[in-house]
Amino acid sequence: MSGTGHQPQAQAFRRAMYRFGHSWLSIAGLVIVVALILTAVLGPALVPYPEHVAGAIRTAARFQPPSSRAWFGTNEVGQDVFSLTVAGSRVSLLAGLGVVLLGAAIGTLVGAVAGYAGGWVDEALMRLTDLMLTLPSLILAMAIAAALGPGLGNMVFAIAMSWWPGFARLVRGEVLAKREEAFVLAVRALGAGPARILGRHILPNIISPIIVKMSLDMGFAILTVASLGFVGIGVKPPTPEWGSLLSLARGYVPDYWWTAIFPGCAIFLAVFGFNLLGDGLRDVLDPKTRR
Amino acid sequence: MLRFILRRLVLLVPVLVGLSLLVFAISHLLPGDPVALAAGPQATREEIAALAREFGTDRSLPVQYWSYASGLLRGEWGRSVLTRRPVWEDLRIYLPATLELVVAAMAMAVLLGIPAGLLSAIYVNRWPDYLSRLASLGAISMPRFFLGLLLQIGFAMELGWLPLDGRYPLIEEPPRFVTGFLTIDAMLALNGQALMLALLHLCLPAFAMSLSPLATITRMMRAATIEVLQQDYVLTERALGLPRRLILFKYVARNAMSSSLTVIGLYFGWLLGGSVLVETVFDWPGVGLYATKAIVTQDFMPVMGVTLAIGVVFVLVNLLIDILYGLLNPKVRLQ
Repeated sequence: MSGTGHQPQAQAFRRAMYRFGHSWLSIAGLVIVVALILTAVLGPALVPYPEHVAGAIRTAARFQPPSSRAWFGTNEVGQDVFSLTVAGSRVSLLAGLGVVLLGAAIGTLVGAVAGYAGGWVDEALMRLTDLMLTLPSLILAMAIAAALGPGLGNMVFAIAMSWWPGFARLVRGEVLAKREEAFVLAVRALGAGPARILGRHILPNIISPIIVKMSLDMGFAILTVASLGFVGIGVKPPTPEWGSLLSLARGYVPDYWWTAIFPGCAIFLAVFGFNLLGDGLRDVLDPKTRR
Repeated sequence: MLRFILRRLVLLVPVLVGLSLLVFAISHLLPGDPVALAAGPQATREEIAALAREFGTDRSLPVQYWSYASGLLRGEWGRSVLTRRPVWEDLRIYLPATLELVVAAMAMAVLLGIPAGLLSAIYVNRWPDYLSRLASLGAISMPRFFLGLLLQIGFAMELGWLPLDGRYPLIEEPPRFVTGFLTIDAMLALNGQALMLALLHLCLPAFAMSLSPLATITRMMRAATIEVLQQDYVLTERALGLPRRLILFKYVARNAMSSSLTVIGLYFGWLLGGSVLVETVFDWPGVGLYATKAIVTQDFMPVMGVTLAIGVVFVLVNLLIDILYGLLNPKVRLQ
């Protein structure tokens, strides 16, 4: 009899898994994302020319078309495009994850404080959030990244600075809804402070929409990272970043198309995979938005 | 209706003040000394100080903000430290170029997205629906700069149908500058050939830019149409024997379109801010490229100008959308 309390939850979970498993688009997304993560974790160790990833060049073998020796051909300094593209998955994934995590952390903090405190604190924080949303986020990220100087960490920070408002609005709404619920009143009556109420009682209850938004944002974060690389702000060579690889290759199309096509397809595939997965997860975890 | 518009206009004032304050604060929080950078590595301390005095960066921050904000109202948006040109003059040339591109992209997205969404909803869960859903998910994931490059390879380099980049052929004389929108200027000059050239140059970059709003509008339109189709009044109309086409275009589409309007407003700002990606690929002389050049040299005044201009356009477009809402849906006006 002791298990009965968990049964509805387990059932809901099974139902969610069933729904997820029956949407082949979500499964395709999951497969792409898992493949991407495996590539990012194992890839740099398995690539045929790890020295090219580290920045070594071999100008004698420049611009060789795809062949059995170099699957994706070689670029303008004779580096193996396949090795660079595979290694780029780690950079993109880490940067994308960093942006989403940092953005979610800042946004959750701002949103939770605004929603819980209410009054002028809420008003001030939310007006700031709205203003941030009207600013062009890409230009803002470019300006911050350029001012901080090149580097993966700086770029992640710069993008996250324009990423948090979405999370702040989401979390504020959820906190407002939960704040008045009986269990919150009960903990407050027991004498818990605001930090404990928010951290231990409200946040665990609103984590699922936050996770859904994080997974939905992941594809777009990877895209933004690649965009900054493409306009030449962000990580610097020899770091193999898809956007900057594509930007360099732009001068060599259409004759040496392989230098551009493969990094470009990698960006598309990564973003597509995360978007499919995010859509599927939203359908499963957030039934309100389901159609 | 007039009161509704007036009230919205008054509400703009604090937003614009906040926007200018925020842009100013961010640009002064960032590390780096643009004046020292512009003076060059060999500059002496006196030269840097002289330049700082010339650009007013040696004064206290509140004084600087006050002079910046009051200058904004007079149309003095500061000067570039590097080129010494007034930012306002540059914006007058570059902003119309970007706006023309964004408007063209938005027009493409609406003209293709609304029928696609309707079609998807009519054939819900049949093959046209699956196709348009998969295509729109793919389209959202496609990097605009990669798509632009592919379009260039295909339509400009291989087929040679459309111009590779730029806004107008370098060897031709563009129509006289009136609005800065080449298409409008060409029409004002009654120059058919110039209009044709401007439109041809617009095709590829506008399409590259339109793909992601197109996909979103398709999805929104699909979802909204499915919802409207289930309303009781549609059932009534069907029971009364109204022709299917009339129901769809007169009653369903109009009601479903209002949700797409919001998307248009949101995307407008997003495209303006992200225009740099397409502008880089197509060498389009707009605010994106202008801002990038300024960002790389840490020339803050142009960056602030572009950010602010985009913010203002974004706010104004959303105001326009709200007014359109009021026209489409009388209930909104009374709230």
